[in-house]
Amino acid sequence: MYAQLVETGTKKLKTLDEMGPEERAFQERIDAEIKIEAKNWMPDSYRKTLIRQISQHAHSEIVGMLPEGNWVTRAPTLKRKLQLMAKIQDEAGHGLYLYSAMETLGADRDEEIDKLHTGRAKYSSIFNYPTLNWADMGAVGWLVDGAAIVNQVPLQRTSYGPYARAMIRVCKEESFHQRQGYEILLHMMRHGTEAQQEMVQDAINRLWWPALMMFGPSDEHSPNSAQSMAWKIKRHTNDELRQRFIDQTIPQLEVLGCTVPDPDLKWNEETGHYDFGEIQWDEFNRVIQGHGPCNTERLNARRNAHENGAWVRAAAVAHAEKKQKAVA
Amino acid sequence: MSQWTLFEVFIRSKHGLNHKHVGSVHAADAEMAIENARELYTRRNEGVSIWVTPSAQITATASDEKEALFDPSEDKVYRHASFYELPEEVGHM
Repeated sequence: MYAQLVETGTKKLKTLDEMGPEERAFQERIDAEIKIEAKNWMPDSYRKTLIRQISQHAHSEIVGMLPEGNWVTRAPTLKRKLQLMAKIQDEAGHGLYLYSAMETLGADRDEEIDKLHTGRAKYSSIFNYPTLNWADMGAVGWLVDGAAIVNQVPLQRTSYGPYARAMIRVCKEESFHQRQGYEILLHMMRHGTEAQQEMVQDAINRLWWPALMMFGPSDEHSPNSAQSMAWKIKRHTNDELRQRFIDQTIPQLEVLGCTVPDPDLKWNEETGHYDFGEIQWDEFNRVIQGHGPCNTERLNARRNAHENGAWVRAAAVAHAEKKQKAVA
Repeated sequence: MSQWTLFEVFIRSKHGLNHKHVGSVHAADAEMAIENARELYTRRNEGVSIWVTPSAQITATASDEKEALFDPSEDKVYRHASFYELPEEVGHM
């Protein structure tokens, strides 16, 4: 998902003629849809862009566990609790696949995690919103993981081999997340009390616009897209993916019997897509710059987990050394 | 954690198949690498056996050696069964 504003460090696309022989061979390889692997030559800016994007993506998976962690002890039944824990464990796994892919580019995991903890690295804006009621677990699975899937499916064909392979694994697991979320909502709508049905609508009302913001700025305000597309790191523009998500989601919304908080949303016979209202980009910018409702809480939770877990890491090393000595 | 050893993980998905590379994990030692690999790569019945080996122990071909190493086999079509044409009456061979 989960990578919204990735700086490419380039102002203008080079043509093949303007490139040196190495860069030209690299670009021709990408144009021929041959994957770039860790040991292949690549421009420094391609490497840096990927490290930024993959680390941002990994951080989003890790921080994404926090809003759900809030509901593990509050899940309404044991079944829901087990499902939620399985989903959260998947998110940790996705983070780890991604950190491994990032490391193949020569990035150091501790250093990149430190950038997250000191506010120098981004993660998806969506996780800075609170999860206030149980229906939020349904709406997060359905809308947030749903948006992530739309974003991640094309990334399975991204030009960097280790990233593409990590995405294949992630996508396989992600559809469980979306279906379990939708089922939570459907169950509340079909078998719940009136108060529970209102909860579902309330969760959708709060999460709809933030979910649309997950695709990042609109194309005309996305200066890095052209380079990322030329490198085939990105395969579709932000607006294309956002539209695809809306078109897929509205029929599912209708099955639920709910609405989205957008008076301008309507089917457009001519384009074959849904029209929708203006996204509040100043809210997006505020949240991504650290001023969303939960930015401070999320980073504090991450830092505490890391610091309070230091003794576990130290104990693991001590134990490994002790065993080593016993063998020697 | 980066100071921990990086291990490459290989999983046998079914009895009778090869172990196949699936990714990597960091761990303090090999035993912990197996535990981490189990949590990370076999949450949905993906495997019946796991191998781990320190990444530093792997010797690999370099990408610039590709032509020298692999191109020579390209023009040896006679190494494939399909190179040999047999009359139809011989049937499946």
